[in-house]
Amino acid sequence: MFRSIELSVGLFVGIGLAALFMLAMQASNLSSFTSAGHYQVNARFDNIGGLKVRSAVKVSGVKIGQVTTIDYDSETFEAVVSMQIDEKFSKFPRDTIASIFTSGLLGEQYIGLEPGGDEKLLAHQSEIRHTQSAMVLEQLIGQFLFSKSKDE
Amino acid sequence: MTQALIQIRNLHFSRGQNKIFDGIDMDISAGRITAIMGPSGTGKTTLLKMIGGQLHPEAGEVIVDGQNVHRLKRSELYQLRKKMGMLFQSGALLTDLTVFENIAYPLREHTNLSESMIYSMVLIKLQAVGLSAAHTLMPAELSGGMARRVALARALALDPMMIMYDEPFTGQDPISLGVLVKLIQETNSALKLTSIMVSHDVNETMSIADDVKIISQGKVVAAGTRQEIEQSDSAWVRQFIDGQADGPVPFHYPGETIEQQLMKVTK
Amino acid sequence: MKALTQMLTRLGRGSLFLIKILAGIPQLFLRFRLVVQQLHSVGVQTLMITLVAGLFVGMVLALQLYYTLSTFGAEDTLGMVVDLALVRELGPVVAALLFAGRAGSALTAEIGLMKATEQLSGLEMMAVDPVNRIIAPRFLAGFISMPLLAAIFSAVGILGGYSVGVDLLGVDSGAFWSQIQDKVDFYDDVLNGVIKSFVFGFIVSWIAVFEGYDCIPTSEGVSRATTRTVVHSSLAVLGMDFVLTAIMYQ
Repeated sequence: MFRSIELSVGLFVGIGLAALFMLAMQASNLSSFTSAGHYQVNARFDNIGGLKVRSAVKVSGVKIGQVTTIDYDSETFEAVVSMQIDEKFSKFPRDTIASIFTSGLLGEQYIGLEPGGDEKLLAHQSEIRHTQSAMVLEQLIGQFLFSKSKDE
Repeated sequence: MTQALIQIRNLHFSRGQNKIFDGIDMDISAGRITAIMGPSGTGKTTLLKMIGGQLHPEAGEVIVDGQNVHRLKRSELYQLRKKMGMLFQSGALLTDLTVFENIAYPLREHTNLSESMIYSMVLIKLQAVGLSAAHTLMPAELSGGMARRVALARALALDPMMIMYDEPFTGQDPISLGVLVKLIQETNSALKLTSIMVSHDVNETMSIADDVKIISQGKVVAAGTRQEIEQSDSAWVRQFIDGQADGPVPFHYPGETIEQQLMKVTK
Repeated sequence: MKALTQMLTRLGRGSLFLIKILAGIPQLFLRFRLVVQQLHSVGVQTLMITLVAGLFVGMVLALQLYYTLSTFGAEDTLGMVVDLALVRELGPVVAALLFAGRAGSALTAEIGLMKATEQLSGLEMMAVDPVNRIIAPRFLAGFISMPLLAAIFSAVGILGGYSVGVDLLGVDSGAFWSQIQDKVDFYDDVLNGVIKSFVFGFIVSWIAVFEGYDCIPTSEGVSRATTRTVVHSSLAVLGMDFVLTAIMYQ
């Protein structure tokens, strides 16, 4: 009798673990950043807007990594963002531009990389020099109104 | 008089406002069957739980085999309990185990006997209560009398020095009553046990008890050998033994008289 | 005033009882068989109701949300919304409520009956500690089962949402899954949900075994304790859910 109890408990725990696995792999973003190797790159921004840790890093719209830490450098008054990039995508020229974009009108913010033309490549722990800050809606509106009033 | 295995001194206990024991003194002799009798609700079962260390008195002490039960450390109390068997009113068998496993339970818990040793010991104990053929049954399939016999076999599993019976005769048909009376008497003499029996079934109890204590309203009102009690002319004893409706234990619940109550209605 | 003292006394008794249970848990690894038996009666027997309830909740969510989302033209996010609702909230909470109703009440009733039929006293007189042998395995089994049940609930719910959303309402299957994988975060969402369900399992199991152990040993006492288990653990789950959510997603 104890055998059949063991079997049903085994089945129960098995289904439970399978469900957890499904939630982890199939129903969340865990699978997309578990690949083995990656390297670290830093970038400095004047304003990161709504960027968060684990926000996506994309190139040509393809996700290649994620933001790992966000810090503030009180000497230069800049935000320091470090990101992990998958080892598969290791050939980025040193003059690659990192910009903060918003996906869709109200979507989340992500870092978009635009490869430059330098022959030297970005290495582990290197820094992206050319960055473009997040667009902040209020500033845009402000600028728009300001230029409007100058026109008149 | 043989020496006392259990000494109870000046025991006090109450439940809420209700005083259950108001200074109980009692000696229970080794190797004899002692019956503790009294009306329902006098705390006879509570007394057994005190001896077993399950309840703590407010004052007084219980000394079993030279040890003060309520001063013992937990592990020492458990050691002492292995030498005590207790037969509960309902049998208290574990309902999800078979008869065999119920009796094997204390052996498995407290000994390192091999499976074959346990098997033969359990069957010997069951044979003693006449139920060796029933060892595969579940407790739910047993009659009340059989459940008590199984519980007796379980209480005897660890070869205790004493055994406590909580109302062993309540609600039994005449045949199983006879069986239980015979079993209690036989196990006591064959195993040289000390037996303590809590009961209010006068006839059965008086037929096998060596010593009798009667408690009522928190005190021991009579104590002595069976012969002494049978011949006693104390009003307490006579009321209890002969089952008179009125006496020291009044027929009417104490309080206002009926005249006083009726007066209030008519006012 | 008297009610307050009574409540505090019960809380204190319950906490001391919890400490006793926790102290007994290390010994259980030597007798894991006891825990496996309880996993059967606590976990396996709650599995069926969890599967069915999870499926229906997922399907209803998909139906409800589809009509709201379609007014914004955002049907493609259906998968994500269903997944988030289940993984963050409904999975842990509804599974815990079902668990309290199915397994918690059964635990209380079982332990209460064991007390009423003097089985617990009997064990004590056999020099066996009923907290170690009877209570602790049941508590541990509840604690282990709850996260598994919550995960099963969420997973089945997502499948239910998929079947309604994709098969019935015509949401694109690729969009359903890609939105999920894009927006549902493993740490923020899934892992926090799992932590919640561990906490709920702890609370419900604690309340259930305590109510059983502490009940008045009569049939009326047991039935009252059973009711109290369901009511108190449901309220505790919902209250705790608010606290945990506030901490996790601040």
